[in-house]
Amino acid sequence: MRANTWRSPSPMPGFGLSFGIMLAVLSIVVLLPIGALLGRGIAIGPADLWDMVNSRRVWAALGLSFRSALVASIFNLVFGLILAWVLVRYRFWGRRFIDAAVDLPFALPTAVAGIALTALYAPNGVFGQALAQLGIQVAYTELGIWMALIFIGLPFVVRTVQPVIEELESELEEASATLGAARIYTLRRVILPTLTPALLTGFALAMARSVGEYGSVIFIAGNIPNLTEIAPLLIVIRLEEYNYDAAAAIGIAMLLISFAMLLAINIIQIWSRRRIGLV
Amino acid sequence: MSDTAMTPPLGVTTEPLLARRLLICTVIVLISVLLFAPLIAVFSEALSQGAGAAIQSLASSDARSAIRLTLIVATIAVPLNAAFGIAAAWAITKFDFRGKAFLITLIDLPFSVSPVVAGLALVLLFGANSTFGAWLVAHDLKIVFAFPGIVLATMFVTFPFVARELIPVMIEQGKAEEEAALTLGATGWRAFFTVTLPNIRWALLYGVLLCNARAMGEFGAVAVISGKIRGQTTTMPIMIEMLYNEYLSVAAFSLAAVLALLALLTLILKSVLEWRYSALLAATRRH
Repeated sequence: MRANTWRSPSPMPGFGLSFGIMLAVLSIVVLLPIGALLGRGIAIGPADLWDMVNSRRVWAALGLSFRSALVASIFNLVFGLILAWVLVRYRFWGRRFIDAAVDLPFALPTAVAGIALTALYAPNGVFGQALAQLGIQVAYTELGIWMALIFIGLPFVVRTVQPVIEELESELEEASATLGAARIYTLRRVILPTLTPALLTGFALAMARSVGEYGSVIFIAGNIPNLTEIAPLLIVIRLEEYNYDAAAAIGIAMLLISFAMLLAINIIQIWSRRRIGLV
Repeated sequence: MSDTAMTPPLGVTTEPLLARRLLICTVIVLISVLLFAPLIAVFSEALSQGAGAAIQSLASSDARSAIRLTLIVATIAVPLNAAFGIAAAWAITKFDFRGKAFLITLIDLPFSVSPVVAGLALVLLFGANSTFGAWLVAHDLKIVFAFPGIVLATMFVTFPFVARELIPVMIEQGKAEEEAALTLGATGWRAFFTVTLPNIRWALLYGVLLCNARAMGEFGAVAVISGKIRGQTTTMPIMIEMLYNEYLSVAAFSLAAVLALLALLTLILKSVLEWRYSALLAATRRH
């Protein structure tokens, strides 16, 4: 066996083969395309890149994508926590059915979700008609984008928090109650701090997914420039105009947002592992 | 989690009855509005002019070619990603090397990249306006606006699914069993097929299931790279968009209903795996 500082010696076979396959596929499918996008950005140069992003329409689109992702993810953070708590702690008829249904947004293609939500919330749809009487229009407004992103991001917080709630030791709650804490105080000061890392991870995952979401949004959004036009749609529009540089500029801006999200997720996980030993 | 393993908490470690009922009702109402209503809308819109019209629209040549293309793309992309997932999980869990955490982050990268950005990146790499793309076109190898591009885009967005399911399971199982097999004289391949593969088969199936659902339904990345050439590069989700924009509502929702049925089937199989083989899946999947 060869002395190797990069990897520890191991009697297991197949390192070269498995590592080679992994690196080859990873490079062809993910790293080279991402590299091509970043390389295009370098070729364009920072000044021109900034000029292409620095227009009212692009800022409006990026702002809209980020803002609606934030709103939808905050809703999903709160509702996801309630949903996970109810599914783990309470017993009621239909619990397992709802538990299985939570993953529907993962399984249902985004385009299908998009046209279904539009059919529901369009002015002549079931929900659209009812809401119109209250003077609320959902489809073809920013509200519609929120609905689509709430749908897409629903499972993330539930699925990251659920296992942590299952692992909670009831002794902690008993101790807190014995010491005279009211239930609400126990939930706020004992349970919630334990769940915080998982909640933040789920929130960041939902954000990352929602910022870049395209399929479910474009049908319900109305796609009016400066108002309901999301950033990924603007990339598609620039590509259809064969304006590859402008598309790449917006693409790089979105990629930077993705990297920031990924960094946030990793920092949360390192912090949570140090704090309570949970991932 | 099974019902016997955890009895309902009582007394001081639960909320008052009224609060519990209120929370359960909130959950049921919101899940119905947010999840079930759109699902029901797909089927009711598809059947709005009777089952005959829905079936007829699915029999059209456009719909049939879209279904065929989606099936072929999934048949190629999913096994390739499964092979990658197994190789990646083997390299990552059976060996110790530097930079492992960074590698896992790179594998997870497609989860946080917008599908449209993924499509854009592939167009910039393989498109005719790049050096590499021009070379490909000169040698008659079309990737962008053609079948290989759709496969690559599908692989990009479904990239982490199998590896994500296998890595935690293989970490938990360790490598003692494979080492025993090797000590007894088995070759590496024999150890893999008779020891590792049986241990990870349900987790593998779980990952393939999720990978397949996403592969058949991918829209954003494929929309960018496919060029939407009718009858040639239109997968089912792309066809749904085209039909919807042409105000052919029944045709669009019929195709959507087929994908929704596939999604329901995926959820059922996934639940069965979680309930029956929970001990053999990654810890976060055991509920």
